[in-house]
Amino acid sequence: MFYLKLIFKNVFRAKLRSSLTITGLVIAIMAFGLLQTVVDAWFAGANASSSSRLVTRNAISLVFPMPISYRERMKAIPGVKAVTVSNWFGGVYKEPKNFFPQFAVDQENFFDLYPEFILPADQLIAFKRDRQGAIVGRKLAEQFDWKIGDTVPIRGTIFPGTWQFRIRGIFDGKDSTTITRQFYFQWDYINEWMKKNLARRADQIGIFLIEVSDPSRSADIARAVDAEFKNSLAETLTETEKAFNLNFVSQMESIVMAIRIVSFVVIFIIMAVVANVMAMTARERLAEYATIKALGFSPGFVALLVVGEALTLSLIGAAIGILITLPIAAGFAASPAGAMFAVFNVSNDTILLQIACALTVGIVASLVPAWRSANMQIVDGLRHVG
Amino acid sequence: MKIPFPYIFRNLWARKLTTLLTAGGMALVVFVFAAVLMLDAGLNKTMVGTGSYDNVLFIRKGSETEIQSGISRSQAALLESLAQVARGEDGHAMASKESLVLISLVKKGQDRGSNIVTRGLSASGFVLRPQVNIIQGRMFRAGSSEIIVGKSIHDEFDGVDIGQTLRFAQRDWVIVGVFDGGKSAFDSEVWGDVEQLMQAFRRIAYSSVLVKLSNSNGFESVTTAVENDIRLSLQGKREQIFYEDQSRALSIFITILGTVLSVIFSLGAMIGAAITMYSSVAMRTAEIGTLRALGFRQPSILVAFLTESLLLGLVGGLAGLFFASFLQVITVSTMNFQSFSQLAFGFFLTPKIIIQTLVFSLFMGFIGGFLPAVKASRMKIVDSLRAA
Repeated sequence: MFYLKLIFKNVFRAKLRSSLTITGLVIAIMAFGLLQTVVDAWFAGANASSSSRLVTRNAISLVFPMPISYRERMKAIPGVKAVTVSNWFGGVYKEPKNFFPQFAVDQENFFDLYPEFILPADQLIAFKRDRQGAIVGRKLAEQFDWKIGDTVPIRGTIFPGTWQFRIRGIFDGKDSTTITRQFYFQWDYINEWMKKNLARRADQIGIFLIEVSDPSRSADIARAVDAEFKNSLAETLTETEKAFNLNFVSQMESIVMAIRIVSFVVIFIIMAVVANVMAMTARERLAEYATIKALGFSPGFVALLVVGEALTLSLIGAAIGILITLPIAAGFAASPAGAMFAVFNVSNDTILLQIACALTVGIVASLVPAWRSANMQIVDGLRHVG
Repeated sequence: MKIPFPYIFRNLWARKLTTLLTAGGMALVVFVFAAVLMLDAGLNKTMVGTGSYDNVLFIRKGSETEIQSGISRSQAALLESLAQVARGEDGHAMASKESLVLISLVKKGQDRGSNIVTRGLSASGFVLRPQVNIIQGRMFRAGSSEIIVGKSIHDEFDGVDIGQTLRFAQRDWVIVGVFDGGKSAFDSEVWGDVEQLMQAFRRIAYSSVLVKLSNSNGFESVTTAVENDIRLSLQGKREQIFYEDQSRALSIFITILGTVLSVIFSLGAMIGAAITMYSSVAMRTAEIGTLRALGFRQPSILVAFLTESLLLGLVGGLAGLFFASFLQVITVSTMNFQSFSQLAFGFFLTPKIIIQTLVFSLFMGFIGGFLPAVKASRMKIVDSLRAA
């Protein structure tokens, strides 16, 4: 108790210095937490995927389609429970900066495969009945203030022309990790137009989504699907939904890596600042520490005093830092800039990492001053003028 | 009367550990700041270097990238016949009809594929891009399943050495050469014969048509001519501007992320500088009193402490810049969201960035040192002399 009290008194002796140090720590811990959350947001798609779903795409690359007729052949493969389709639309709503993903899907069973999208039954029926109908995620609807019945024009970049959609339903996520920033509409809508105007590109689909009856057999089923279409015009590549989504992350790996590195750089910066503070503090108090030792306290006690002070500083900084990370992250997620991230939640792992970083900063920053204070000769210390 | 500079300098020298730690923190901030600016400059250099000012690239109206576009053979023939298009020595139009697809290749040290632009072009495509040279092996032969790969692809991906084959579209494509695109986006592409690629991918339309203007000022007249021809629902852009636009989102992303980071980090470093300077003032109270007693005036003390802090910033700035300059040997390859394919680019240090970085580090030193310097200059002579 006496020991803790001494540390607390020491921390708040130089009020200006301590408050500046704590401010620095708060900023660093907060910046670290936000950067980790940005990295997590990158993996949101992969984390939100289900193990019972497989994705089949053209083996050459995602931009090549496959004939829709593959669907029937997939259904016949043992272990395949259901197959649905999805096609990237890549349209522009008013301006390119309003980017959100749009998918042309099979209205009949797409939402059956995605139980994590919670959609009222009457809205689903209304969607199925309207060729121009669309279902949008809650977050997207809020971003553009869309309501059921609104007409949304989207200019196609892959499919020529401006397309009119009517919002027939808004879905919610099952939990906070579910992404609700997508725009779904009927694939038949574009395919009917393609049949009339660009017949060569009709009846072609971007990806097939397969629901398997037994997720533990996913790998075998994926191989069976690819074997079925071997040596055809459009060879396929089937992988789990998670692996499929990780493809996008790995293509941008350098960016993710850079953000990760930079998030640790900020910890190094604050480590230098705290180390400096502790070095200065210990230097000023050499005479004091010598007195404590002269009174009979062990060198270890003095060392603990220095380490304890650094740890107290960094933990106070971390506590405030973590407390303000949460509202800032929530505020960012609600802002227009945050809309580009589908999910932006501070995870428990991030908070644990923040605490771990604060502990490391406290210990590393006080190592040298603690060692010096513990090992000085009492005589030298007493002679020292701070 | 001014306080001599060596005195100021020696004050920093006397407390080496503290100076080192404070300047070290600033150096890290400056490093991040400079790295971001250099990355953006490198990206711009790559994209601007990709296009020539006198070339105009045509894609289908409404599409944003070459991948999304489609131009039929008859439309391409009409483009070639436009009067504004330059003619080569053989009298043929200097126009390259090209087909673009994305294929998936695996990066060294990764197990997942990345999208790579595969461009089909004919001999005139090379004439229109004089910055591209074969550095290993030879050109692909027209009419054969041969391909050549860009330098960045060759350096960063597996299975793309000369003599190896890539399998896609039911064919084995032999790699016969490596080309250097002069640090342009072409370095991240695979090139082959346009007719062969279109055959293999069962395509009947080109993706884009690149033409050279006979007269550099002919851009307006050629786009107007295309606009007025109802058979051509195409849009043309100067090649340079087209590629600059292609990387705009990535550039904005890098700039915003970098600016936000630099601002937050610099707050930390400025606090570090302020702590150092405050303690420097506190420890030298008696010294300041002596200086004042000797006849140095308040402004001189203020300037001396500010100079000390600015020096601290400068040391940090120079150190950060020094380490950042080594980044220039690194090439970053990442996905360009707009073109949905890999793009390799480097860090590029320009004189402008050096100045920006040094101004930034001096600014951090100034802000960090200002309040402590004011405090030092306002001390009463008697009190400070007594403090010893």
